[in-house]
Amino acid sequence: MLARPERFFADRFGLNAGTMERLLGSTLAGRVDHADLYLEYRISEELVLEEGAVKKAARHVSQGAGIRAQSGERTGYAHTDDLALPNLEEAARQARAIADGASSSAVVAVGADGAPHDLYTLAEPPIAASLDRKLGLLGRMDTEARALDPRVRQVIATLGSEDLVIMIATPSGWTVGDVRPLTRLNVTVIVEDGTKREIGSFGGGGRVAFDFFLEQDRWKRFVSESVRQAVVKLGAVEAPAGEMTVVLGPGWPGILLHEAVGHGLEGDFNRKKTSAFSGRLGQQVASELVTVVDDGTIPNRRGSLNVDDEGVPTRRNVLIEKGILRGYMQDRLNSRLMGMEPTGNGRRESYAHPPMPRMTNTFMLAGQDEPADIIRGVPRGLYAVNFGGGQVDITSGRFVFSASEAYLIEDGRVTRPVKGATLIGNGPEALTRVSRVGHDLQLDEGVGTCGKDGQSVPVGVGMPTIRIDGMTVGGTQV
Amino acid sequence: MQDLLADLLKQATRRGATAADAFVVEDQSFSAQVRLGQVDTVKHAREQHMALRVFVGKSVAAASTSDLSREAMSRLVDEAVSLARVTSPDEMAGLPDAAELAREVPDLGLADPQGHDLSPEDKIELARRCEAAALAVDPRITNSEGGDFGDRRARYAYATSHGFSGEYRTSSFSLAVSPVATQHAEMQRDSWYHVTRQRARLDAPEEIGRIAARRALRRLGARRVRTAEVPVIFDPDMAASLVRHIAGAASGPALYRRASFLVGKLGERVAAPPVTIVDDGTIPGALGSRPFDGEGLPVRRTVVVDQGVLRSYLLDTYSGRKLGLPSTHHGARDGSGVSVSTTNLYLAAGDRDPADLIRSVKNGLYVTELIGFGVNGVTGDYSRGAVGMWIENGELAYPVEEITVAGNLLDMMHAVEGVGNDLVFRDRTAAPTLLIGRMTVAGA
Repeated sequence: MLARPERFFADRFGLNAGTMERLLGSTLAGRVDHADLYLEYRISEELVLEEGAVKKAARHVSQGAGIRAQSGERTGYAHTDDLALPNLEEAARQARAIADGASSSAVVAVGADGAPHDLYTLAEPPIAASLDRKLGLLGRMDTEARALDPRVRQVIATLGSEDLVIMIATPSGWTVGDVRPLTRLNVTVIVEDGTKREIGSFGGGGRVAFDFFLEQDRWKRFVSESVRQAVVKLGAVEAPAGEMTVVLGPGWPGILLHEAVGHGLEGDFNRKKTSAFSGRLGQQVASELVTVVDDGTIPNRRGSLNVDDEGVPTRRNVLIEKGILRGYMQDRLNSRLMGMEPTGNGRRESYAHPPMPRMTNTFMLAGQDEPADIIRGVPRGLYAVNFGGGQVDITSGRFVFSASEAYLIEDGRVTRPVKGATLIGNGPEALTRVSRVGHDLQLDEGVGTCGKDGQSVPVGVGMPTIRIDGMTVGGTQV
Repeated sequence: MQDLLADLLKQATRRGATAADAFVVEDQSFSAQVRLGQVDTVKHAREQHMALRVFVGKSVAAASTSDLSREAMSRLVDEAVSLARVTSPDEMAGLPDAAELAREVPDLGLADPQGHDLSPEDKIELARRCEAAALAVDPRITNSEGGDFGDRRARYAYATSHGFSGEYRTSSFSLAVSPVATQHAEMQRDSWYHVTRQRARLDAPEEIGRIAARRALRRLGARRVRTAEVPVIFDPDMAASLVRHIAGAASGPALYRRASFLVGKLGERVAAPPVTIVDDGTIPGALGSRPFDGEGLPVRRTVVVDQGVLRSYLLDTYSGRKLGLPSTHHGARDGSGVSVSTTNLYLAAGDRDPADLIRSVKNGLYVTELIGFGVNGVTGDYSRGAVGMWIENGELAYPVEEITVAGNLLDMMHAVEGVGNDLVFRDRTAAPTLLIGRMTVAGA
């Protein structure tokens, strides 16, 4: 539906490489270390079906520009949602004001750091699929959920789709653009049995077409998973409290990596030396079974990008290799100040936010162990397979993630389901206790959203089955 | 702005909407961050957007745009009306009864136009002073995530096709700092902040900086503790987080979806007698106040829990109709429609001195920070990561971390044994210090 970014912004707003170069050049060149202009146009759609009826149908259009000037460690950022040239000039002046007075070195000409990828070109972006087909699918999910179990009392099916066109320009006249489709289908059910009530939720998506949900009856699996989870929780007993052996299932439990090590390896915290991982490059921070990568180049994944929001092509970055800390995730500012290379991790929520180092798809590579053997080797512990969100205190390294589906392991067997519980650990230490790694690496279904400093961006995680010898489980059963 | 809305609603009606409402918001903001005495980031922003909701009979749809050109407005109307034509009808959908609409827009003192008259340099200086005060407290304060000043002014107008039209302005000013304390290999960060609608009422930057530094220093030497069932005291900010969970469970959409542990509990005891929870949108100058709700209904004071008994849910028109109850005027309008939000929500002050509450605990936990999302709103099951101080023989003995606190929100509310007299409105949601008789603390 949308043309190439350069054509799109030229046709729609009369902004081309020449105008942008003049805009940045006249107000910013020669006075700052780095400057860029970021243009964005986003169409999004939300559809919510509840009790079999369309509860919400909404479409949003947002557009705007962010202009950034950097001098030394200083960043001036101005944004506007009015793309008329005088407004952009005013924003550029405001961004520059911050650089004035700073002892600036010569302008660093930023050019292409390589060619953008082509990871998610779609014949029909999800936003363009017909409303009839979308609403029809949500309706079938409702019927399917109720047919699966008579205890299903409420079904909420949601489908979100967006198309984002961006273009980035620098004073040297270099521009790069990207068109990013994104979609996510989710179903939440409430089940009731007597006075007991529980919730189950499941979903997935990515930078994929609407048909993705129909392939291999994916939508049916989302429904059956959400009903299964809710019913399992109806029978859950109190979760244990205290330190114990924990086995994490494959896929979404990889949120462990996102919280335990991912945030702490973002360049900004390490440049400021406020991360528990500051100054630890080359040191052992995990067991030698553990290799963790952040890879923004996987086709059609939710966390993937052709170029990051500063125009740097994404890469596969090894963060931890066989337990040794190998690298940080960087944006342009922090890589320049730390004397490192940008890694394609400069991301922003929208034109209203300056970029910072963020994750893309973060996962642990597969090991050798049979998942069933990993469980068999545990006399008493917790087996957690689904999680809600997580959070980390970057500075102390303490992190949490909350299990929404977990079971007791007794004498090497998975036994009773337990209620949701938060797991807490210490980032630089938790992965040193990984004693088994399965061969069953899975990436998540495409539902993750990461929040940092008030900015949300889509991300992915992944992991094989792993065993951690000792982690605190926050249940109620002492 | 009002003319723009009137025009938009007229276009919607002309193109087939049987009813409609719309808002437009304009917003200007500035923020400055100073780190280790140097300017780190300065942001300027100017934004506007417009949202329209249309009803075609009993079918509803919404659209929004940040482009306010005539052409974009016309597209907005087309999008919304054509979306509504394909959605299925919902008998409960619709605007509130016209007789219920606010007849006047009270001036609640939410804007401070003069407050924004500070140069960027002066604003940066406030952030710098705040951080400098934190860094000066103790040599162990060695680093910082920065001091921040922010101000924002907004103008909001809302109108409906059945006669409501109102607008108001708001201001907000904030100062915050996050210092880092170091001792041997240990690093601990904490923060302190203040937000107000009147700049003159903003706490002095030096005071905010000193409190933040003391909070970070207090965390040095943190240990883990053994797993135990003990009394737990929540400091005022953390007690406020519990009040937010209760309000979430009392909100209409969670209730009609039966996704709340308060389903069917209206009129029942849900907490110990010292617990009274109030939502009051009429407090002059307060952060959560508004002259009318997101559907044009007048704001009011609502007692949610009265001495432990659940007296009111928090409802907008739609969730009220689903539950067979009138709206409590807690509608919040956003680009996609109407949801429920609280205004100034608080747990009423009790009669206990917070120091007495601590003295009454022989062995227990004083919580100063909670992390993670381990709250199940359907069952009330609660499990979160915690940071705080261990209480030994009525004294705050030493800092603790890498522990969790767990229980069930209903059990926790029933187990409230003491409510502090230290209620201060520092945010939209506020609470005094709260003592809960027994919870599970998991650690080593």
